[in-house]
Amino acid sequence: MSLTTDEVKQIAHLARLGIDEKDIDTYASDLSNMLKLMTQMGETNTDTIQPMAHPMDQAQRLRSDITEEINQREHFQSIAPQVEAGLYLVPKVLD
Amino acid sequence: MEWETVIGLEIHAQLATKSKIFSAASTAYGAEPNTQACAVDLGLPGVLPVLNQEVVRMAVKFGMAIEAEIAPYSVFARKNYFYPDLPKGYQISQMDHPIVGIGHLDIEVDGKTKRIGITRAHLEEDAGKSLHEDFHGLTGIDLNRAGTPLLEIVSEPDMRSAAEAVAYMRKIHELVRYLEICDGNMQEGSFRCDANVSVRPKGQAEYGTRAELKNINSFKFVEKAILIEVERQIDLIESGDSVVQETRLYDSDKNETRSMRSKEEANDYRYFPDPDLLPVEITDELRAQVKADLPELPTAKKQRFKEQYDQDDETATILSSSRQLADFYETVVKLSNCDSKLCSNWVTGNFLGALNKANLNIKQSPIYADRLAGLLRRIADNTISGKIAKQVFDSMWESDATADEIIDQQGLKQITDTGAIEAIIDKIIADNPDQVAQYLSGKDKVFGFFVGQAMKATQGKINPGEVNKMLKDKLK
Amino acid sequence: MYNKTITEQGKDLRAGKYSSVELTQTYLDRIKKHAGLNCFITVTEEFALKSAQAADKLLTTGNASLLTGIPVAQKDIFCTQGIKTSCGSKMLDNFSAPYNATVIENFNQSGAVMLGKLNMDEFAMGSSNETSFYGAVQNPWDTKTVPGGSSGGSASAVAARLTSAATGTDTGGSIRQPASLCGITGLKPTYGRVSRYGMIAFASSLDQGGPMAKSAEDAAILMQTMAGFDPKDSTSVDQAVPDYSADLNTPLAGLKIGIPKEFFSEDLNSDIASTIETAINEYKKMGAEIKQVSLPNMKLAIPAYYVIASAECSANLSRFDGVRYGYRCDNPGDLNDLYTRSRGEAFGQEVKRRILMGTYALSAGYYDAYYIKAQKVRRLISEDFTRALSEVDVLMGPVSPTTAFEQGAKTGDPIEMYLADIYTIAINLAGLPAMSIPAGFVEHKPVGLQIIGNYFTESRLLNIAHQYQQVTDWHQQTPKGFE
Repeated sequence: MSLTTDEVKQIAHLARLGIDEKDIDTYASDLSNMLKLMTQMGETNTDTIQPMAHPMDQAQRLRSDITEEINQREHFQSIAPQVEAGLYLVPKVLD
Repeated sequence: MEWETVIGLEIHAQLATKSKIFSAASTAYGAEPNTQACAVDLGLPGVLPVLNQEVVRMAVKFGMAIEAEIAPYSVFARKNYFYPDLPKGYQISQMDHPIVGIGHLDIEVDGKTKRIGITRAHLEEDAGKSLHEDFHGLTGIDLNRAGTPLLEIVSEPDMRSAAEAVAYMRKIHELVRYLEICDGNMQEGSFRCDANVSVRPKGQAEYGTRAELKNINSFKFVEKAILIEVERQIDLIESGDSVVQETRLYDSDKNETRSMRSKEEANDYRYFPDPDLLPVEITDELRAQVKADLPELPTAKKQRFKEQYDQDDETATILSSSRQLADFYETVVKLSNCDSKLCSNWVTGNFLGALNKANLNIKQSPIYADRLAGLLRRIADNTISGKIAKQVFDSMWESDATADEIIDQQGLKQITDTGAIEAIIDKIIADNPDQVAQYLSGKDKVFGFFVGQAMKATQGKINPGEVNKMLKDKLK
Repeated sequence: MYNKTITEQGKDLRAGKYSSVELTQTYLDRIKKHAGLNCFITVTEEFALKSAQAADKLLTTGNASLLTGIPVAQKDIFCTQGIKTSCGSKMLDNFSAPYNATVIENFNQSGAVMLGKLNMDEFAMGSSNETSFYGAVQNPWDTKTVPGGSSGGSASAVAARLTSAATGTDTGGSIRQPASLCGITGLKPTYGRVSRYGMIAFASSLDQGGPMAKSAEDAAILMQTMAGFDPKDSTSVDQAVPDYSADLNTPLAGLKIGIPKEFFSEDLNSDIASTIETAINEYKKMGAEIKQVSLPNMKLAIPAYYVIASAECSANLSRFDGVRYGYRCDNPGDLNDLYTRSRGEAFGQEVKRRILMGTYALSAGYYDAYYIKAQKVRRLISEDFTRALSEVDVLMGPVSPTTAFEQGAKTGDPIEMYLADIYTIAINLAGLPAMSIPAGFVEHKPVGLQIIGNYFTESRLLNIAHQYQQVTDWHQQTPKGFE
């Protein structure tokens, strides 16, 4: 199993991750090696095994429906790259 | 060729909780931008979600109402995509293990009942809002809505016309309000839908390629959007083209649907179980609790109204269309002890009319069931006529007074003393010799004139039946 | 005074031998003197001295806890309000956290003094602390070598006595491996024992914060403050916290130790193997029984781990998009450009590699083959441990197949770097608690012994570690030049 440079570009786009053109081959080869490592799992039969998502076999705890948060807009927006009129600003979104 | 339309709906109902699905921030509508977006809603580094118990209860309630399987364990998953109104870069939703499984709902179109399958209903968080007013060519993001709980209700592709789709959407709308899990406010976006629409030659078993019409927020637009989309698809196929599977937006100004290419590009959502949340367990205890709290549902209520109150289908439908109205009606019947039809005439007639005119809902009504019942009692015991009752009703609408107080104050009590009625009629006959002559010469229509005069003389406080009878006797 | 244990320092503070301000200043001076180790990303000198003054007042009133006035340094993965929280990344170089992690709140409550924020691999992804945006950290035992990772700054700072103790986080060995390589004591608690709220997530189902200290006794004191149920963390376990110091002196006679044969494969350096065997012999002398056990699926731990951890991190790191906080590229042309360049310019190579890997493993068509498969393997591995731990009380083995390696030795080959985690990551997959304690030296470099227990047996692990530290002095040795 190995990844082509096109596949690397495609997943980089899915992940919105800019990568240098010159590094793509390295990523392709690194990822291919990782995949090779991962295919080792295929040697073990797991047909009857339930996937394990969590170490703890517990159910989700539930929170009461109470509003406890206060308005901290100024505080939270003091670390934002660009805000105006209480809004976070981003380049134009086209629908 | 004859074409058949196939429609499935995905309805998003905003659950009527106080706080968000995974945080303790308020869900109240209309706050200043980003004042109700807490650390969790903003997706700050290190924050974690904790599930709101009310959201679970509401989903179970809905599941029971559509007679669906409720999953003993359901799982939240991350749906990954980048969009500025989605702070974490993923939406917490449910994929493989939704909380509500297969169920159904019956709709009525043209007097016929049809069962619509519901594939599933799952919980998810809403995204924020992009504001497109111009900020120097930039878009503003308001995350107040981010994290608001939604129940996404997915139907089977069981609807065969726009009318059926609207009927189904209305029925779900009625149901979620009945269950008090959603306020149903479509202007505020609390209830909206996506429609999957395709066409196929009549008789063909396979479905055609479908288009998904996104974010339709009124019953009218659902109908229009589907009709115009069906027309577009048929035109395409008949001119030798084919339908492309895509997301389309309905433009109500132009009455057309158009492709949303921006949403097409990356639809590999890479769902996987959210490791920050554990499986949601629905215990037998919770099921029993919810079941005990489950209100009588619209269909059952309508049937009961037909039987218990001897209502026709149309009136029963109106009365059972909302839980508040049905409760109001039943309270009026109980408190007034009047004929159920007198009550329904007044509730669906004057009462609803006045509410509509004033653009109010039942909760905002200035007249409660007890005052209306008091009025109906006075009609039933002949204290006032129906006509005077309307006048009393109007006065009640403007004040806090009871019907009895108004009748007293305004002296509206019906004249029942036959001697007094006779004197009035005698006077009318004496004052109008010309009309008497006309009537006696065979012009029956003039009879109405005498009745009118009697009413006028008593400001309507006279029993019309009594007047008729006496006039006929005197004018023989 | 900087060489003393927390217990000793606490006694001295209460006895008025020196003040918390003096102790804090001593460490601050050492931090400056040994700045070359590059342990700290941020030194919070002013804040530390203020806290120390407050602690000194508290110490006189008698309302002090065991940690009051004790200088502690925090891994820069824990959010600290008003203080830069970088997670070792350019992405958060400008990020002053607007809130405190639960762990930080707990330390504040205890009256501990925070010296600063410790260097780490970027977003905790790495085993050598070389992926940090702030540069590599040196191992004080040999400054040409790495301290291990990802809690490399923490391990190096404790070993060099730049702080009384530190916190770390462990997703695949990130507390134990650097503890081993730097000759200190580290504990990765049971998953769910320490709150993850405010601890910047790498792989949510594996991450767990824990103490890194000079001794098991000190680790017990830190654990007391760190552990506990947190309603803000859905994966936090609502279970009473025991007194971690209470059982430290329980004798070990009758203790059943399992030795997983897979821990002694040919990949293990033979000198390390014999060091570990010597340590186990020490336990035999204390009355423990030794038994061979097997974890047959352990070889699958690395592939399963790298699928699960990469998948989780690919989603966890999506929030870093240049919109609400953190790095934003200059003059983004459009939305896509904002995302792609902000993330592309601010994430380092290892982080990118893992995001790409995770994105791929979760994408359509590969999900079952990689992600679901890895979760099934995870169950097999977990069941191996359950089986083994039903036969014995604890498992013992090495932490790392090698001692500290030279900087740059493995940076060119990510796979080789991943294999360094071979003995630690299976424990994270199972969610078990485990420790690394100093057990000797190979070529003057520390070697750690790993002790793995059943769920929520941290007290027992600390007891077992402490008893060993009563009969050995490996944990008391300090690197040359840092005595």
